[in-house]
Amino acid sequence: MNAPVEAKKKLRVATTSLAGCFGCHMSILDIDERLFPLLGLIEFDRSPLTDIKHCGPCDIGIVEGGICNAENVHVLREFRNNCKILIAIGACAVTGGLPAQRNHLDLGDCLSEVYLTEPGLENGLIPNDPELPLPLDKVHPLHEVVKVDYFIPGCPPSADAIWKFLTDLIAGRTPKLGHGLIKYD
Amino acid sequence: MISQLETAPHPETLRRVAIEPISRVEGHGKVTLLLDEDDHVRQARLHIVEFRGFEKFVQGRPFWEIPVMVQRLCGICPVSHHLAASKAMDQIVGVDHLTPTAEKLRRLMHYGQILQSHALHFFHLSSPDLLFGFDSDVAKRNIVGVAAEYPDIARQGVLLRKFGQEVIRITAGKRVHGTSAIPGGVNKNISKEERDFLLKDIYQIIGWSRDAVHLAARLFQQNLDLYNSFGRFRAHSLSLIRADGAMDLYHGGLRARDMDGRTLFDHVDYGHYRDHLGEQVKSWSYMKFPFFRDMGPDTGWYRVGPLARVTQCDFIPTPFADHERRDFLAFERGKPDGGAAGATLGYHWARMIEMLHAAELIKELLHDDDLLGADLVVTGERRERGIGVIEAPRGTLIHDYQVDDDDLVMTANLIVSTTHNNQAMNEAIRQVARQHLDGRKLTEGLLNHIEVAVRAFDPCLSCATHALGKMPLEVELLDAEGSRLDAVTRDLQGFC
Ligand code: SF4
Repeated sequence: MNAPVEAKKKLRVATTSLAGCFGCHMSILDIDERLFPLLGLIEFDRSPLTDIKHCGPCDIGIVEGGICNAENVHVLREFRNNCKILIAIGACAVTGGLPAQRNHLDLGDCLSEVYLTEPGLENGLIPNDPELPLPLDKVHPLHEVVKVDYFIPGCPPSADAIWKFLTDLIAGRTPKLGHGLIKYD
Repeated sequence: MISQLETAPHPETLRRVAIEPISRVEGHGKVTLLLDEDDHVRQARLHIVEFRGFEKFVQGRPFWEIPVMVQRLCGICPVSHHLAASKAMDQIVGVDHLTPTAEKLRRLMHYGQILQSHALHFFHLSSPDLLFGFDSDVAKRNIVGVAAEYPDIARQGVLLRKFGQEVIRITAGKRVHGTSAIPGGVNKNISKEERDFLLKDIYQIIGWSRDAVHLAARLFQQNLDLYNSFGRFRAHSLSLIRADGAMDLYHGGLRARDMDGRTLFDHVDYGHYRDHLGEQVKSWSYMKFPFFRDMGPDTGWYRVGPLARVTQCDFIPTPFADHERRDFLAFERGKPDGGAAGATLGYHWARMIEMLHAAELIKELLHDDDLLGADLVVTGERRERGIGVIEAPRGTLIHDYQVDDDDLVMTANLIVSTTHNNQAMNEAIRQVARQHLDGRKLTEGLLNHIEVAVRAFDPCLSCATHALGKMPLEVELLDAEGSRLDAVTRDLQGFC
C-alpha cells in the first residue's frame, strides 16, 4: 500500500562454524573490501563476527563444518528453523571433510591416545566434566541431519565463488558458479 | 589467590552462568561462572570444549601428506601448521638447512600470515571492544559497527589483512590451505611480476601498520587505569629467540623467563622441548595445561604470544618495530603493578608491534632476489623423528612426529600456541571476575568483560583441539522442570 519509500530491506544473514576449521569463514572475509558494499545489502545475525549468541529469524544461514556432536545438531537445527535458505559451505559441511578421517577409528582409542598414553603427560585422565559435551562416534555432513538448500564445495571455496553465490542470491537469481569457481580442493 | 576460583568447594549449591559460545574469537569455547546467593563469584573456568584427536588419525598417513593435512586444524593460521609440520618433515628427510630461496619463501609466507592474522584479530574481532567500550551496545559491538563509525580504521584493517592474504596466496598458491612447503624446501618460487605486485603496496602497508601501533598505544594510554589493571596477573613466559637474542618468528631456540624477568633457560634446542615442558590434564577442559617441568604444574605455567615475544627478545631486527618495542617497554615501567608489558591488554599493543615488524620484514624480503631463485629443494638421509617449532601468530607451536621405514607416520604430538596460554587465560578471567563482576548483578556488558580478557590472548580455539571434532556447546539433558541431568551418554548420537 502506501508504505513510505524506504531503502530495500536488508537481508539478514547468520553464519556459524560447526566441526570446521574456520577456513571457510576466512574465505568469506577474503572478499576483502567488497565487504563494505555487501554490508549495504545484508546485516549479520549470529556469526563469529557478532556477539549474538543465538540465531534469530534470518533470510540466509551459512554453515561451515560437519556434525560431530549432539550440540552441533542443536545449532544446526536452530539454523534450519530460523533461516529461509540454508547453505552448506565447504568440504566439511558438504561431506564431513577432514574431521571425518576419524570415522574409521574408535573414539575411545583416540581419547586414550591423547589423554592417557601420550609422552610428556603429568597425569593421565580423560576429561569428563558435565560441562564438556561428548563427541558423536562419527562425523556427519549436514544434509544427513537437516534439509540443505545449497552446497558450495571447496576447502575452502574461493572468495570469488562465495561472492558470486551471494550476489546472485541477493539479486534474486538462482546462484550459478560455473567454470573456474567450482573447485574441490 | 585468584587460583582459588578454579574450583569452588560446594558447586552444587551455586548458581551457574555460562557465556557460550565465546564470540569474536576463532574457534569455540565457553566460560562458566558459579555464583553464591550474594552474587559473589566462587568459580570461573574457561572450558575448551573441543577434542582434538589429530594425533591419532594422522597415524598411518604418508609423511609428505602431513604439511597439507594439518592445515585443516585451523583456517585462520593454516600457514603456521603448514610450516611447523614442514620443518618437522625437513628433519625426516634429513635436511637441516634449506636453500636460501626456500627458506626466504617460507619466511615470506609466514610474515604474510602474521600480518593477516594480527590484523584480523585487532580490527575485525577486538577493535569493537577497544573503540566502543567493553559494555557498549551489543548491536554495534562488531566490525560492522566499526565500519559505520570509524570507516577509515575498518578499511585499513580489511586492506592490511588482504595484503597479508595476498602474500600467502602468492607464496603458497592459495590464501587458505596452500601447498607450497614440502619436506626439504618449497615447490615453487615467485615471479618478478608477483614480486612487483606486492612491492607496489608494501610502503602503504608499513604506514598503516605504524598507525595501528599508535592506535593500540593510544587506546591503552587513554584508559590507563582500566587497561593497566584489567585481568592483570604475573606470569612466566616462553618464546623462540634468535641466536643473537633478536625476535625471530620463524626459527630459533627456546627462551623462558620467570615472572621477575630472570632467565629460566635460554637458546635451548627445541628438539629437547620435552625436557622442559610437561602437560597436565584437567577433567573440565579438553585443552591440556602445559608447564615448565622444573617448577611443576602449580607454579610452572606461563604465557606465550606477542606479549611474551616482545618483552623477551633483546631487540627486534627491523627499525620501526624496534623503536615501538622500546616505547612499549618504557611505558609506565617501574610503577608497582604498572606497565603495558605486564598487562593482559598489553597483548594488543604488542601484537600491533609484531604486525609492523612483519610488514617491515616483507619489505626486506621483497627486495631480495633469492625469492626468484630456482634452487628449491634439498635432500638428505632419512631420519625417524622430526620436530618442527615456529612462532605462530598466537605463540610457540610445536609439531613432533615419528615416521616408520615405510614412510608412514607412527606418532604425532602437537602443542599448539593457544594451549600454552590455557592457564594464563583462566587466570585472566578469574582476575576480571573478581575485579568487575563480583557481587554485582550480571549484565550482558559485564559478561563481555570476561570475553574481552579471553580475546586479549587471541585464542585460536579452532587450533586448540581438533579433528575428532568440535564441541562448541555443552550437551545438556534437561528434565521436565528444566533442571539439568548429569546423565549425558554416547547414545546421543541417535539424533536422526
Ligand atoms: S572445508 Fe576446509 S576450509 Fe572449510 S572448514 Fe572444512 S577444512 Fe576448513
